[in-house]
Amino acid sequence: MSQVIPRLKTATLGWRPDMRALSPFIALVALIVLGTLLNPDFLSLSNLTNVVTRSAFIAIIAVGATFVIASGGLDLSVGSMAAFVAGSMILVLNGMGGSDGGTLAMGLAVALVLGAACGLANGLVVTVGRIEPFIVTLGTMGIFRALIVYLAAGGTITLSNFGLRELYRPAYFGQVAGIPVPVLAFLAVAAIASVILYKTPFGRHVVAIGSNREVARYSGVPIGRVVTLTYVIQGLCVGLAVLVYVPRLGSATPTTGLLWELQAITAVVIGGTALRGGTGRIWGTLVGAIILEVVGNIMVLSSLVSEYLIGAVQGAIIIVAMLVQRSLQRER
Amino acid sequence: MKLKMTRIAALAALAIGLAAPADAQQKAVTIGVSIPAATHGWTAGVIYHAERTKALLEKAYPGLKVVVKTSPNGAAQANALEDLSQQKIDALVVLPFNSDELTGPVGEVKKRGTFVTVVDRGLKDPAIQDVYVAGNNPEFGRVSGQYFKDTLKTGDIVVLRGIPTVIDSERVDNFEKAIAGSGITVIDKQFANWSRDDAFKTMQDFLAKHKKIDAVWASDDDMAIGVLEAIKQANRTDIKMVVGGAGMKDMVKRVIDGDKMVPVNVLYPPAMIATAIQVTVAHFYGGAPVRGTYLIASPLITQANAKEYYFPDSPF
Repeated sequence: MSQVIPRLKTATLGWRPDMRALSPFIALVALIVLGTLLNPDFLSLSNLTNVVTRSAFIAIIAVGATFVIASGGLDLSVGSMAAFVAGSMILVLNGMGGSDGGTLAMGLAVALVLGAACGLANGLVVTVGRIEPFIVTLGTMGIFRALIVYLAAGGTITLSNFGLRELYRPAYFGQVAGIPVPVLAFLAVAAIASVILYKTPFGRHVVAIGSNREVARYSGVPIGRVVTLTYVIQGLCVGLAVLVYVPRLGSATPTTGLLWELQAITAVVIGGTALRGGTGRIWGTLVGAIILEVVGNIMVLSSLVSEYLIGAVQGAIIIVAMLVQRSLQRER
Repeated sequence: MKLKMTRIAALAALAIGLAAPADAQQKAVTIGVSIPAATHGWTAGVIYHAERTKALLEKAYPGLKVVVKTSPNGAAQANALEDLSQQKIDALVVLPFNSDELTGPVGEVKKRGTFVTVVDRGLKDPAIQDVYVAGNNPEFGRVSGQYFKDTLKTGDIVVLRGIPTVIDSERVDNFEKAIAGSGITVIDKQFANWSRDDAFKTMQDFLAKHKKIDAVWASDDDMAIGVLEAIKQANRTDIKMVVGGAGMKDMVKRVIDGDKMVPVNVLYPPAMIATAIQVTVAHFYGGAPVRGTYLIASPLITQANAKEYYFPDSPF
């Protein structure tokens, strides 16, 4: 007996996995097992590629949302913003009329700049205007949505130049070394974001503001600037998401990006970031976005539930996944 | 009494109006048109056709004034109806947001002695309306189903549904009734919310799930666009055709061009607002009886007749 106890002690000290960080990954594995049991086709390469590629928009936007939420803020405008940026970008491309790489590059630049500008507007109203981010972004959500409806005259904004469409198409449908371009895009975004959040003073300031704003203020953190920047990063991420969204269907409609804000927030929370701020988990967020897409995919692939009940089962799966995660964290 | 008429018949009613004596055309008549704001493609089409008809008719009848008002939701539309009443309108053409909220407000307008034409979505109390112009959702489903039965005859198809509403159920139920007894089996159906993005995703999943699909009933043109993109990505050659519906200009264009994947379309025209305005105007200038119900047919748009349904300037 006396020999066993110390050995156990060293074992637990030697390897202690961070369950909080790992739990979204475990939830994803559980869902993959469930999906495979319900329909073996779930595991086919083409299906998995489709699903992960589809999650790219929400994943990229949610990476931005991780910064906002980690700092204790919230951005409800991202879905409308995505629609507005996508519509504007297509109108610029149509207006320029060319089908060469230069035209396309110009369009991409417009999307990124416009996204960042929308984010800056959100950030400035929140910090300079000292208004709750919930209210500010609820307002801009309405504004951006109305702008896309106005631009489209209620109809559809479609990329009219066929040559440009074909040139741009690989940005969603293309692959590099067997990996779809959108997946490479969100991996790159997440890698850069995790360096910013974990390795820079700015990243530490974001988390500090989220965990205790007053303490951060007295420690000399430039709150206004840091908070504004989180919204700019969010806007930039929306611009990036639009870059891979537009080549898919080549169009933007007044219903583009509807409810994306809720999906992005859900992805962030599933990923282990607290909604009240103070932590930020970029890779968890990424897995959260993939989980959301996988749940929808499993629902369609399995013929278990009628089409009327899918929403209920989807909601239940997300809640169960979160319960499993939380219980794993308590075991620590 | 239920009169079954097509748009052509309504135009005939207008022609009677045009033939009326010149002094009758000078008569001052104000018509208020209340429609939803352009929140999606179809309602944008409604606005386009309302404005187009306004311009056309005001030119033909110098005494006529048509006031078009759009509203973003039901409550705003109720307010807009009050505003229109203040302008002493002789007739109201209304496409209500929903039946429950707007039956009362439209009834108030009627009490002032205004001639009321209701479009597409019926009121709770049909006694209010003098004229009712509506699309035919069961027919929309039946015509689509009949086309599958006639051309595909046998095979496995998937169906994309819209948003769970009465409109969607009427379409899908009658589609399934129409293909009953043929060799066609619906192997899967899902809601894709009349959205391109959702239809793209759903179709990707259908393609992963089913190794052989003979045809797709997308039941809507926006959804058909998402479906076609998913099929193109998967490089699947087993799917012979995709049938949408509503008469969106891009899809009608594909029918005109003879696209093999998009052989036909089924009409559910936003131009029904034009029918309604023209019938209402005919009541004042035509001297012909117009009261009744006008069911706009949902004809099959084929390469032969597609030009008739193609409006390149419309946003829809």
